[in-house]
Parts: sequence; C-alpha cells; structure tokens
Amino acid sequence: MSRERLLNGALLLALILIPAWALYADEPFTITLATRAVIFALAAVGLNIALGLGGLVSLGHAVFFGIGGYAMGILASHAQSYTPLIEWPFVIEGTKSMPVIWLVAIVASSGAALLIGLLSLRTSGVYFIMITLAFGQMMYFFAISWPAYGGEDGLSIYVRNGFPGLNTLDPIQFYGLCLALLCLVLAVNARLMRSPFGLALDAARQVPERVRAVGLDPRRLQLVALVISGAITGLAGALFADLNRFVSPTMLSWQMSGEIMVFVIIGGVARLFGPVAGAGIYVLLEHLLGGVSEYWQIFLGLVLLIVVLFGKGGVVGMIGGRRRDG
Amino acid sequence: MSPILLVEQVLNGLQSGVMLFLMAAGLTLIFGVMGLINLAHGSLYMIGAFAAAAVAGATGSFALALVAALAAAAAAGALIELLVIRRLYARDHLDQVLATFALILILSEGTRWLFGSFPLYLNMPDALSGTVTLPGGIVYPVYRLALIAVGIAVALGLWWLNTRTRLGIQIRAGENDRQMIAALGVDISRLYTLVFAIGAALAGLAGALVGAIQSVQVGMGEPVLILAFVVIVIGGIGSIKGALIGALLVGLTDTLGGVLLPELFKLFTDPASAAATGSAFASMAIYVLMASVLIWRPTGLFGARP
Amino acid sequence: MSMKTLLAAASLVAMAASAQAEVKIGMITTLSGGGASLGIDTRDGFMLAMEAAGRDDVEVIIEDDQRKPNVAVQLADKMIQSEKVDILTGIVWSNLAMAVVPAATAQGKFYLSTNAAPAQLAGRGCHQNYFAVSYQNDNLHEAAGAYAKSEGYTKPFIMAPNYPAGQDSLNGFKRFYGGELAGEVYTKLGQTDYAAEIAQIRASGADSIFFFLPGGMGISFLKQYADSGVDLPVMGPAFSFDQAILQAVGEAAMGVKNGSNWSKDLDNAANAAFVSGFEEKYDRLPSLYAAYGYDTANLLLSALDVAEPSDAEAFRAALKAADFDSVRGEFSFDTNQHPIQDIYIREVIKEGEVYTNKIVATALEDRSSAYVDECSMN
Repeated sequence: MSRERLLNGALLLALILIPAWALYADEPFTITLATRAVIFALAAVGLNIALGLGGLVSLGHAVFFGIGGYAMGILASHAQSYTPLIEWPFVIEGTKSMPVIWLVAIVASSGAALLIGLLSLRTSGVYFIMITLAFGQMMYFFAISWPAYGGEDGLSIYVRNGFPGLNTLDPIQFYGLCLALLCLVLAVNARLMRSPFGLALDAARQVPERVRAVGLDPRRLQLVALVISGAITGLAGALFADLNRFVSPTMLSWQMSGEIMVFVIIGGVARLFGPVAGAGIYVLLEHLLGGVSEYWQIFLGLVLLIVVLFGKGGVVGMIGGRRRDG
Repeated sequence: MSPILLVEQVLNGLQSGVMLFLMAAGLTLIFGVMGLINLAHGSLYMIGAFAAAAVAGATGSFALALVAALAAAAAAGALIELLVIRRLYARDHLDQVLATFALILILSEGTRWLFGSFPLYLNMPDALSGTVTLPGGIVYPVYRLALIAVGIAVALGLWWLNTRTRLGIQIRAGENDRQMIAALGVDISRLYTLVFAIGAALAGLAGALVGAIQSVQVGMGEPVLILAFVVIVIGGIGSIKGALIGALLVGLTDTLGGVLLPELFKLFTDPASAAATGSAFASMAIYVLMASVLIWRPTGLFGARP
Repeated sequence: MSMKTLLAAASLVAMAASAQAEVKIGMITTLSGGGASLGIDTRDGFMLAMEAAGRDDVEVIIEDDQRKPNVAVQLADKMIQSEKVDILTGIVWSNLAMAVVPAATAQGKFYLSTNAAPAQLAGRGCHQNYFAVSYQNDNLHEAAGAYAKSEGYTKPFIMAPNYPAGQDSLNGFKRFYGGELAGEVYTKLGQTDYAAEIAQIRASGADSIFFFLPGGMGISFLKQYADSGVDLPVMGPAFSFDQAILQAVGEAAMGVKNGSNWSKDLDNAANAAFVSGFEEKYDRLPSLYAAYGYDTANLLLSALDVAEPSDAEAFRAALKAADFDSVRGEFSFDTNQHPIQDIYIREVIKEGEVYTNKIVATALEDRSSAYVDECSMN
C-alpha cells in the first residue's frame, strides 16, 4: 500500500471518529466545524475535477457553490412561507426535503456550468481564469441588487431541511449525511480518474494534439469535466446553506472562489484526498488563528505563502510522495 | 437627457478609464515581461494611497505626498519581488494566483496594523480644487482634468520608455525571448525587479491620485484590481495599447451604463423600480462586455494570437 | 502537542472560566477588514460600561465576524454550542444580523442589537427574545425626510446603493418627506466614483440632496461633491457623518445636516459621563456605534440586577422595562421591542482641529417604527 493510500485512510478514519471525540470531550461545536470542513471539501473535490484532471483553472466556482445555496434558499423559503414558486403555467411548490433540493441544486449548477463552459472554453490560460472570474462577478452583482430573494441581506431559513429517516437538526446526524455524500463523491471521483474518460481528460490536459489525433475533441472532454465539477460544487453549496440555515451573495463572491481554490492547492492538486486535507487544514487554521490575534489573516497569508513556495504538491504531496496514478 | 449632460458623462467615463489605465498598465507590463499574474497589485495601490495620506498629513504638501506614494509603492514592489515573486516566475498560473492572494491578506492586514482601522484623510491641493467651465457650458472639476492629463502623460511616457530607451528594448526582448537576452548579458533578474517596481509605482501613483477624491482605507485596492483585470483581459494581456483602449472602454461602459440603463427602464416602469432594476443591470455591464469580447476574440483585442 | 490535547486543554480553560462566570455574553462584531472601525467602536463602548460595572460574574466573549455572514453564523453556533452563552450582541451589518438573529432566537437565546435592525425583524419576523437597542433601520432616514419637509424643500435628489438597506433608506426618507423628487438614483454597492451622479444632480435642478452611502462610499461622494461646484444643502443619516469617518472627510462635510438619535452634546448626565469616560479611556471621541454599545451594556446590566437569563420570562420583562440611564435621554421599548425615542438633526461643525456634530433640531419626537403593527407581539 502506498503512503498516499495510508494517508487517505487515516484522513477518512479521523473524519469518522470526530463525532465520538466531540461527544467524549463535550465539545459539540467541533462537529459543526467538521461539517463545515466536509462541505468545503466536497466543493473542492468538485473544483479538483476541473482543475486537477481537466487543467481548467476556474476562478469562478463560487457561481456553482452559490447557485446550489440559492437552490436551497429559494425552495425552502417558499416552503417556509407557503407560497408557490411558480403559479403559471403549472404550480410548483417550495420544498423542505433535502433530496429534492439536492437534485435541483445539481441540475441548476450543472446547467450553469454547461452554459459558462460553452462560452469560456473558447479561451485558455489566463483568459480562462479571468472569464470565469467575470461570470462570477456578474452573478454576484446580480444577486446583490435583485430584490426578490433578499438581495445582499440573503435568505434566512429558520429550520434545517429534512431528510427521510433522519433528524437533521441533530449535528451528528447532519454531519453523517454530509460525510456520506463526500465519500460517495470521492468514490465516483476515484472511478472517474481511472475511467477511459478520465484518462482521455488527463491526456487532453497534457498533450491535446495526441487526443485530437485519436479522434477525440479535447474541448468537449473539458466541457464534460466542467459540468461534473459544477454539479458537485453546487451540491456542496446546497449543504453549506443548510449548515448555516442561510444563503447570501457572499457565497458567490470572488473571495469564495479563491478560498475553494486554496483548499485544493493546500491539499494537493489532482490528488483524490487533496481537497479533503486542504479544507480540513484551512478550517482548523481559521478557527485556531482567529483566537490568537485581531490580525490573524497575516498569519493565514504567511502559511499559504509557505505552502505555495516550498510545499510542492500540497500536503498530500509532501506526506504521500510523488503522484503515481492518473 | 440633454446632449450637454451626455457629453459630460462621456468625459466622466474617459476620466475613470484613464485612472484604470494607470492600474492596468502596471499589471499588463508585469504580465507581458514576466508572465506573472499579480493579484497583489491592488495592495500596491493601497500602499501608495496610505503613504500619500501619511506624508500629506505630516508635511501638508501634495507634491511630497505623490513622491512618497511613488517611492513607497516602488519600494514595496521591489521588496516583494525579491522575497516572493521571483520564486513564482517558473511556476504555473495557479501557484501565482494563490501566492499573490496570500500577499493580499498579509499586506492588507499589515497596513491596518500600522495605520489602524479608521479611514485616513487625504485631499487634493488647493491649486487644483474648484471647477472650470468648458466650451459648451460644461462645468467640470479641475482636479479631474488634471487626472486625465496625468493619465495621458503616463501613457506617452510608457510609449517613450518602450520604444526609445535601452530599458524598453530589453523589456520587449524579454517578452519575446528570455533565454536570448540573458545570453546577451542582460542581468535578467535585475530587469525583472525593475519592471516590477515600475508597475508597482504606477499603481501607487494611481492610489495617491484617486485617494484624494475617494476614501483611503484598507481593502480599497481589491475592487480596482478586479476592474484592472477586466481591462487587461479586454485589451489583451501584455499589450499596453490594449490596456489603454480596454480602460477607456470599461470606464465608458461603467459610467454610461449606470446613467443610461435606468433611463431605459423608465420607459417601461415607474421611476423607483426603474432606478433599482436599471442599476442592477448596470453593475453587470462591464462583465458582460468582457465576456462578449472574449467570446468574440479569445485573447482580447490586442493580445498575441496563440 | 497534538491537536486533540490542545483542544482538550482549551476546553478545560473554558470550563474553569465558566465555573466563575454565571452569565456569558457573546459579542460578534467586525474587527478586521474595511468595516473594522464600526465594530471596534461598538466593542469599546460596550466594554466601557461593562468595566465600569465591575461585575466579575459576567463574562464577555468577543469574536471577529470579518463582515462575512457565514463566519458570523459559525461564530454564533460556536458561542451557543461550545461557550454556552446566554446572550448574543454586537453585529453591525443588517445582512449579518439576518443570518444570525432568527436562528439564535429560535434556539431560545437572547439577542440585543447594538446597530443593525432590519425591517423584517421589526415587523413580521419580530421575536420575544430580540431587542433592538439602537433604532429601527429606517429611523434616521425618516428623520432626514421629516427635516426636508419642515425646511420646505420641494425638489430633493435622493440616492442610495442598490441593496436592501439602500432601498429601505430611500423609502424611509419618502415616508416622511412625501413630496416631489428631482431624482432618485441607486448606485452600485462599493462604488467609489460619483462623477456621473453629481452630473445628474447638477442637471436635475434639485434644491437639496439626500444620500445614504455608508463607510468609504460616503467619504468618496462628499469629497467629490465638495469639489464639484454644486452647492446645495446636503442631508443624510448619521452614518456618513459619524465620528469614526468624519476626520477622513474633513472640510467637505462641514454644515451637512444628518439625522441621528444620539450626539455627543446631548444634555444629560449619562451622556456626559459616557463621553468623558470614553475619551479618557480610548483617547478619541466616541461615535454613534460606541454610544449604542454603551447603552446595550447598561440595559443588559440593569436587567441582570433584576433577573438571571436562565429565568427567561423574568429576564425578558426586565429588559423590556428598559430601566437604565440611556445616553439618549428618554428611552423605552415599543411592543416590537424596538426603541421609542426622539430623533434629532445634527450639523457637522469643527471644534478646534476636530470635526464633530452638534444638534440643531428635533426631527421626530417619540418615534417608534413603521413596522410595529405587523409584529404579532402585543
């Protein structure tokens, strides 16, 4: 077994054991913190598919994160106030059911990814970074000034949405749900990396000419990767909104896109568990440094800088050694 | 809307475009020569404004404040180039984005630590305050005309530097073939530090000039940074000419969009909701412009074709 | 030391602290980034009153929300779940309050607002555990509207950023002004250049200007307006003319009329003690936010003298009685637990080298809020 695999196993074990420790130490907030890390990890796993596998440096993934969040906010706020979403041509009611909300979040964010991908994939390199940033800003300003769903104030949902058979208000059960989704997505991601599609995508990133030579269209492969990536990040957005029982345009801001990218890079680009390690470390740093000083962001900046300058391959790369597969 | 008002708004758009050019020129110069995406460029703008406010507060002289802004931003630029940026030239864009994102955090909070959380005071010199009446009866602030003049002077200066000086030849050579000019005996790392410092000084100058009519506070650089990126992407990254045209386009779109779109919506709905809806769309206008340009020309208006 | 032992040690410290303190107050406010000066003043005003009271059975836990709603939510969760606070307070911004307050009050915690008081929480969303000590968001704009009417202005030009608080602002102004407008403009949130708006004002034939541009936006507008050659009377809510930012605006703010429920020259003993105490301790003049923080702490202390927060019923009644010496003079709560208070018009003046405000008129007497009838608490 490779060192990277051992590390992945250890990470997974730690995530499973957190609730037990939180109960033992009587630190229930640890669970909320861990839920936040797991959801961020999920968002970053999404980005990692575009970034690590597809080589698409998107600085606009907050769009998908935010769309997922607003899918939850809009549906749940209509259910909360008992007003239908649309009355014509047919009535659509809001809902407080998580599976339905997730489905809507996934469909909406992958739709957005398809549209953004069709337009942005005409560009590459720095231009791609900037055009994704532009789409992010467009959505952000739209959400701030559009009054129907709260504008900058955002939407508050008083009670967390439900999942059949679970009490989602219990932090441990909600954490379990998020963790299960993360594991599921990681499993899908692992298969994707080894699938013919994953291999072709990897090749399209490294030597597009050869991919073209065997009759595949690199841009089409990248588009599919972006759609899958957006769908996963959108799902994470819906969960994040449910964790906070709140959604606002900050979920769409470019700083949010930057943070998701930071998770991936701290953890290790194109590593299966890179985003998980990265999100965990970021949430922990934010939590610990926030208590140390009013100027804690200086230290956060220094840590980030050191990781980028001296830590090739992120944390998973440093501990797990060079990348073998994929 | 009267034609005079429209002309005045066009002038406002040009002026905001010229200020954007000062930011964008440095950014695009640094990208063109070193291939580096520098998110911390907005922080250098902030450093310039803070240095100017501090010196103006201590000495009362606006000229000294401008010198201080140029010097502080250039020094800060040279310092971060030596410590951090030069390790990033060989890296991919991803690492550059992250490392300079980290620099934003450090520089912003560091500035707040030094100067405190309250906004600082910086005002224009008395000689440039007040208004003049332009032909056609437009009443326009002198200071804003001065800003336009500075922007044009900088554009000419950059053109002169680029085409008429030894440094300019080295810069253009560096853009085309790094190994070759290193082989010809040019000290490439000194050239890079110099170019970075020039870019930083331009950002610092913009910060000080704009700081006199805006608010000097921590975080003032980021909104301008995003706009400057929009500008250089529209113009084509690495092209100074593109930065100038992009800046004017963005300035005009932003100003005229904010004025004309609410007027447009007034044709359909009551004034209060027309104002709200119109400005909602106006705030998206420059991003729509940028996306359209990129879809039409994927490397910007004057960018190198792949 | 491993992470686990570190956290365990931290929790031990927390337990030790909680053994002494009987009441825990969680303060979530903005201490870093661009809006930090407002949060710092809120905190300093609050702590001034707390320290003066010298009660060692009350513990205040202060955290920085970075002006981000999701950070504020996380801090609230942490304070409720981990620190087991009884009372939350301190949020400056409406969008952060909307993220935190409904969930906190639904969990049975008390929330006392030191500033933000959005319409939703004053009307249909009012809650028995939510008290706004500052004002209702519309109040200061309403005062400016009433002032415009009393001054006989007939064509004001009104302007605010395009977001909910901006829309509420213009509606608040129009509610008490009620006349014709020369123009109504929404600017971009975070906009720094107002040349286009100033040109519109010049062309509109307005006889006065009302604007709500909080923070750096207001500084930018005033500086550019002062240099534009347009010379109309300017009005606004107190936020853009407050002590924290007035020095950065400088000469450009002189003479501006602003609606406020507090001013440092309000003539009562509590205010005199507050202003001199604040200056002595922090070596600067207090702001509006400091005054709200100070009042909130004193209201809390007055209620703690009567009842424990664990006895929610009695504690709520004690808060509602508002039996404390407010720096704003007369102060009581309406049925929606928002203040009934006088709202003044201040004018920006210069005292020596320092720009500050003095009261020139009372715009609204015993003003409650527009949404009180929508609130189901009676």
